[in-house]
Parts: sequence; structure tokens; C-alpha cells
Amino acid sequence: MQLTHEEQNVLNGEEGPGKQKAMEILVALGKIYNATRLFPIKSVQVAGVSYNNLGDAGLEFLQQWANQNAKASVPAMLNPAGMDLKNWQNQGITKQFAEKQQDVIHAYTQMGIKPDCTCTPYLIGMQPEYGQHVAWSESSAVTYINSIIGARTNREGGPSALASAIIGKTPYYGLHLQENRQPDMLVKIKTDLKNSVEFSALGYHLGKNYPEKIPYITGIKHATQSKLKALSASIVTYGGPPLFHIENITAEAKKKTVKKPEKQNMIDEKDIKKAIQEINDSGPIDLIFLGCPHCSLEELEKIALLLKNKKVHKETWIATARKTMERAKHKGIIKPIETSGAKVVCDTCVAVTPLKGRFHGLATNSAKACYYSRGTNALHCMIGSTEKCIKIATEENNEC
Amino acid sequence: MNARVIKHGTAKGKALVSTQSISFFGGVDPNTGKIIEKGHSLEGKSIAGKILVFPCGKGSTVGSYIIYRLKKNGKAPLAIVNKESEPIVAVGAIIAEIPMVDQVNINKIKNNADVIINGEVIEWKN
Repeated sequence: MQLTHEEQNVLNGEEGPGKQKAMEILVALGKIYNATRLFPIKSVQVAGVSYNNLGDAGLEFLQQWANQNAKASVPAMLNPAGMDLKNWQNQGITKQFAEKQQDVIHAYTQMGIKPDCTCTPYLIGMQPEYGQHVAWSESSAVTYINSIIGARTNREGGPSALASAIIGKTPYYGLHLQENRQPDMLVKIKTDLKNSVEFSALGYHLGKNYPEKIPYITGIKHATQSKLKALSASIVTYGGPPLFHIENITAEAKKKTVKKPEKQNMIDEKDIKKAIQEINDSGPIDLIFLGCPHCSLEELEKIALLLKNKKVHKETWIATARKTMERAKHKGIIKPIETSGAKVVCDTCVAVTPLKGRFHGLATNSAKACYYSRGTNALHCMIGSTEKCIKIATEENNEC
Repeated sequence: MNARVIKHGTAKGKALVSTQSISFFGGVDPNTGKIIEKGHSLEGKSIAGKILVFPCGKGSTVGSYIIYRLKKNGKAPLAIVNKESEPIVAVGAIIAEIPMVDQVNINKIKNNADVIINGEVIEWKN
């Protein structure tokens, strides 16, 4: 890899050990992926925030790096943390966990990173433009901005995203290059996908059956942001690449900068039903979770409407970015949710908060939430539409 | 022979060779340095103080932090030698400051071989 004179100086440690470490990480990745050079980026989103995943090792590492005076040189935000940073008691988090989590956040803010903890930075003011190069970590956000917006990012790990934030550059390889953004296969959808769950199911089917193949999807006439968000989260969770194209809908398909492949695969109603069946476990539900990825204002509005004048009889969490919650509060959307007994939780999500042993069965509208709740929190999961999840939450006399 | 440097450094020690890839998260105990992945060819063996030779990493990116934690606990390998490295172990080696090289024909290194790593130069005696 070719480094400029300045980059070489940083690598040699002339600007301190914090920047040196960041440069070493970027150069190592560049070597592994045969990048020829580093390339400037406009923003960074860093994963590796929840203390539940980081543990003491991750926390110590972040503190050490922060103490080496490493500072972000481009705008940067964080992935969800292991708890609501303000109302963690509301979530049943222990004081011990909360303190460790605050230490993680403190290390990041010391490095100049905004403590906005969300998987949807593009909904709260960090929205890249078409063709812009960035270095983001969170898989659903990476997929959303690559596909829907046409920004360019690889799926960064926590330390590599942080290294990019410090240096302001990323190795130039993978999805930063036009030739790697071309679709590998044509997929025709022969059924009307009705809601976010069915878009999730499409993502599951594609990821599972065609791992790492970039699809060019036809047959979808219309898709709301909410549905595209669901597809972005699920395709990459289940093995697909962090990029897809949909005819007349996604950025590069609209601009025709990608070529429609010839060989065609069909997806019909049966495939979608089978996917939903495979995502579902059976068993009693004791937690309802909506907001993976974090709810948009529109999604909160819908949930508020469904919960209006109702009471929830099971623990119900609605997750969103703090800034989205504040906007919703201003519009009077939060009150009907909280009056029902449901909790609006910010900064966190079901995949990264400690729930193991506290809850056993999850109902959610997100295929991604199912995957990670099983893995991290040993929950059995049921996927259903927002309406169905709210129905389960508000039903009385359920035997569980 | 010459290898590719992932993390620059020098090391001298006995090789612990795995023909299988290693997941540090869930596969290695950060407190003891022992391989705990069920059915792994090195299950039960400690990587502490060894020149750890394996094809490449796998699994969760949290593995990078486990490598850092091994180092903090004094249970890290002296150096890492890969056939073809991937980001989890590479980043782990950098943040834990463990010398690491790759693009090495690891089939030729036998368990317990005496290995010396000096920057991009790796030598061993089986």
C-alpha cells in the first residue's frame, strides 16, 4: 500500500502512540484487502459500545486509547449501548453494569465522539450523501446507506471504525470501489410484500440462500422507509452482503450506475412464508420489543396510535434514538405510549442489553432482533407485524 | 523466509500449531489462555507464551478484544503466525501489541518447533 509522507510519519509514531495505533490498524486492513491507498471519509459510526459485548477487556482497551490522546478528526457517532443512558433503572439494569457502561461512553466522548448511541444515525442528522465515502460499523445502517442512499462504506469492525475516525481515512477497497458494487444476481419478487415483517423475511431468504451475493431486486413497486430499514437489517444479519439494489427504488438502481444481471431467480409467497416460519420459535412470550433498527418518528407515531387508550399487560419496550424520542415527545407521541405502560427506551436495543435469565420469550417485528436475542440473550422469539406485537402486549388473560 | 508484517516486532519461542482456524471470542478463555472450543484440535491446550501458528481467525469481532485481554492477563501468545490473516486477529494483535506475520507456509512448521520472528523475517527449526 502506498502511504503519503504524512501517513508514513503517523505510522512511525511521530504524532504519538494513539494515532500510530490507528494508522497501524488501517494499514493492516489495507494489506489484508489489497488496498492501494487510504481514502478520506466524511463520517464514522462506531460499534462496540455495549459493555455487555465489550466486557472489561474492551473497556480497558478504549480507556487506554483515549488516554493516548487519540481524537476523532471527522464527525462520529456510536452504536447502541447496553442500556438507556439516562433511565437505566427503568430497564432493570444493575448499578454495577451502569457504571461500567458509563465508563465506556466516557472513553468515547474523551476521544471526541458524540454519545449519540443509535443504529439509525441517518435518522438523526448524520445522513451521508449519494456517492460519499464513510466508515460505518452497524450492519443495518451500513446496508441502508449503501443501498438506499448510495453512500459508500464497508462494514467496519469497532476498532477499525474508531481508527478511521482518528485518522479521517479508510483503506480504499471493497464497497468503496464502483466495480464491487455491481449486483451478482437478478431476483424477481412474485408476491406483494405487505409489511416490514415480509421485507424482513425477504432479507432472511436472500441472506441465507445467497450469502455474499449482491441482489438486484425487481417486482417491488413501492417501499416505505420503514420497510427498507427492515430489509437492510435482515439481509446482512442472515449472511447477505451490506448492499442490495431494487429497481426504481434504491439510489444506484435509479441512477442506473449498476447493471441489471441477466440470470433470474424467483421469490414467491411460499418462500416468504417459509422464511417467517423458520425465524419463529414457539413458546410463551414475556417481552415485546419494537425498534430494531431504532424506530423512526413515523414508526413511533404508528405505535402511539395502536397503544392509545390501551394498557399493556406484558413488559413492552419501544427502542429509538434519544434525538428521535425528543422530537416525538415534542409532537405528543411519547405520552400515549408511556400511559399504556410501555417503556420508551433510548440509546440501546434488545441485541446488546443484558436480558439473559430475566426474560424468556420475545415478540418483535424484526428478524434481526430475533437472531441476536437468541444468540446474546438466549430468548426464544416470535416475529409478527407491529399490530400483532401490540395485540400480544395488550391482551389480557394470556396463560404466560 | 520472508513473511508479511501485520504487527511489527520480534519474538522467540516454541510453536503451537493448529491446522484449524481459531475463534478467540468463545473459543479461547481470556483468563487462562486455554483453547475451549469444543472439538478443536487444540482443545485444552494453552496458547500463553507460545508462537501461535494457525491458518486464520474466525467468529465474532469481539475476538480482537479477547486478544487484548489475554495480553493484559499475561496469557497471550508471544507472536501470531497466520497463513492468511483476517481483520479480527490482525486488529487484536495490533491493539494488544503482539508481533504478527502472515503469508507463511504454515504446513511446514511443526508443533514445538523453535521459531524466531524478526520483523518480516521468520525462521524455524522443527
